[in-house]
Amino acid sequence: MKLAQRNYYGKALVKLAETNKDVVVLDADLAGSTKTSEFRKVAPERFVEVGIAEQNLIGISAGLAASGKTVFASTFAVFATGRCWEQIRLALAYPKLNVKVVSTHCGISVGADGASHQALEDISIMRSLPNMVVVSPADAYEAYAATLALAEYDGPCYMRLGRADLPVIYTEDVEFTIGKAKKIRSGTDVTLIGTGQMVNSCIEAADILEKEGISADVINMSTIKPLDTEAIYDSITKTGCVVTAEEHSVIGGLGSAVSEFLSENCPVPLTRIGTRDTFGESGDPDELFKKYGLTAEDIAEAAKLSISRKKE
Amino acid sequence: MLTSEELQKKANILRCHVIEMTYEAGSGHPGGSLSAADLIATLYFRMMKHDPSNPSWEERDRFILSKGHVAPVLYAALAESGYFPVEDLKTLRKIGSKLQGHPVRGKVPGVEMSTGSLGQGLSMACGIALAGKMDSADYHVYCLLGDGELQSGQNWEAMMFASHNKLNNLIAFVDRNRLQIEGDTETVMSLDPLPEKWLSFGWNVFEIDGHNIDRIIGAIEEAKASDSPSVIIMNTFKGKGVSFMENKAEFHGRACKCDEFEKAMAELKEVCQ
Repeated sequence: MKLAQRNYYGKALVKLAETNKDVVVLDADLAGSTKTSEFRKVAPERFVEVGIAEQNLIGISAGLAASGKTVFASTFAVFATGRCWEQIRLALAYPKLNVKVVSTHCGISVGADGASHQALEDISIMRSLPNMVVVSPADAYEAYAATLALAEYDGPCYMRLGRADLPVIYTEDVEFTIGKAKKIRSGTDVTLIGTGQMVNSCIEAADILEKEGISADVINMSTIKPLDTEAIYDSITKTGCVVTAEEHSVIGGLGSAVSEFLSENCPVPLTRIGTRDTFGESGDPDELFKKYGLTAEDIAEAAKLSISRKKE
Repeated sequence: MLTSEELQKKANILRCHVIEMTYEAGSGHPGGSLSAADLIATLYFRMMKHDPSNPSWEERDRFILSKGHVAPVLYAALAESGYFPVEDLKTLRKIGSKLQGHPVRGKVPGVEMSTGSLGQGLSMACGIALAGKMDSADYHVYCLLGDGELQSGQNWEAMMFASHNKLNNLIAFVDRNRLQIEGDTETVMSLDPLPEKWLSFGWNVFEIDGHNIDRIIGAIEEAKASDSPSVIIMNTFKGKGVSFMENKAEFHGRACKCDEFEKAMAELKEVCQ
């Protein structure tokens, strides 16, 4: 079964419209695509349209949060983080205001729209901001649970969601705790750490490896900041090597975060799957994942490379 | 309630603090602080509903300093109001001080938002004004903008938003001292005809002498009765109150040196008596 994360973000907002009177939702002319339109249907008095003006989107969100609102501000990932990065820095992160920047249409899975619309740097630029929480759920159900969890957390957060329908990993009752990774499969030879839709590719890679007699530990790192270093440590003390997988640049994203932890604390061989300092392009998402080396097969190959680099 | 004459004196006391604080710190932005002193005094000691003993009082009027570099004049007004001891002003820009070079929400009682990167305050003020409308609250939101900062496009996004949403609880001020770091605003990047620009964005526009306290009070009172958001464009002089600093771009971002300090304080002390 495949479900789109953004649809479940919309459903979670509808739930919040009922349960949390402080929740206000803003969008920048993309409500129909980000699915904040679902919230607008049930709580129009708490929905704010700012037009195509992302810098203003963040400033207004900051003002609302300073007045006691729990704010969700959405647009596509490129615009939500890039166009207004400095506004997020000064107006949200610095004063630690209660605003959740939730983007959709992250990564090359955007497909045909091309590089202008494919955010491959958003995790990196959000992660570097002090006070910022960065969340990237693996499927639609986890996106739903994460949305509710973010509403309970008092402070600035960034969550990235995809556009496409994605394979479902969890069930409706999945829970989400900020900063807590989820173990998906236990193995002994290599640790596969994925985030977002690449978690499913890690599971597929584990299947490929299993056929070759290689046992992989699979971790869903659905919070990238704060990073669940305990989960990483527990896994690598068993496996001794790692692969990270993200639909994002290898510069500054999940791979960097894991690498920073490992190299300072417990160095083990690490291979990063992600885009390699390049923009995307127009195309069918499956073709793009192949071209940019983001398939399950690529992860499996990377696992073998990491294993081969282990010290005897 | 202070009279106009008393407010004028208060404004000059704020000016003294500004000169002292920035001299003590060895840096800062006295020029724009002095041009805004009359407005700040009028807001904090006459027009604004606020309670220094309860900075988070829900019914308070909110003041957003979009031109965050003139933090010294805001800090002076907060200290004189009783938000924190006047003594603390001497810690401006020093390590460990709550009085950062630009204002920080959560660090200084009475500071509503973090500002300092120009062009953002009006958006924040719109958000607070919108929350007031959503909650049927009775407060007003005041936002002070520099004229140079209007070169930043985000302001115009916020202007559209405010009039579209009929945020008549929002009153913006433009400190039209016509100077920015590189010189005359009309040479750097022209802003005129400024009132017409705001008008065409759906705002109720006033243009006044920004050093005339009666005119400031009158414009605010009229603005409060408006159905649309209002802007009060205040024609001012950068460095107002100190003869050798007046209308000098140089004092945008530098403090007085020793001899200048003595001279400035002597001039200001005379008008504070």
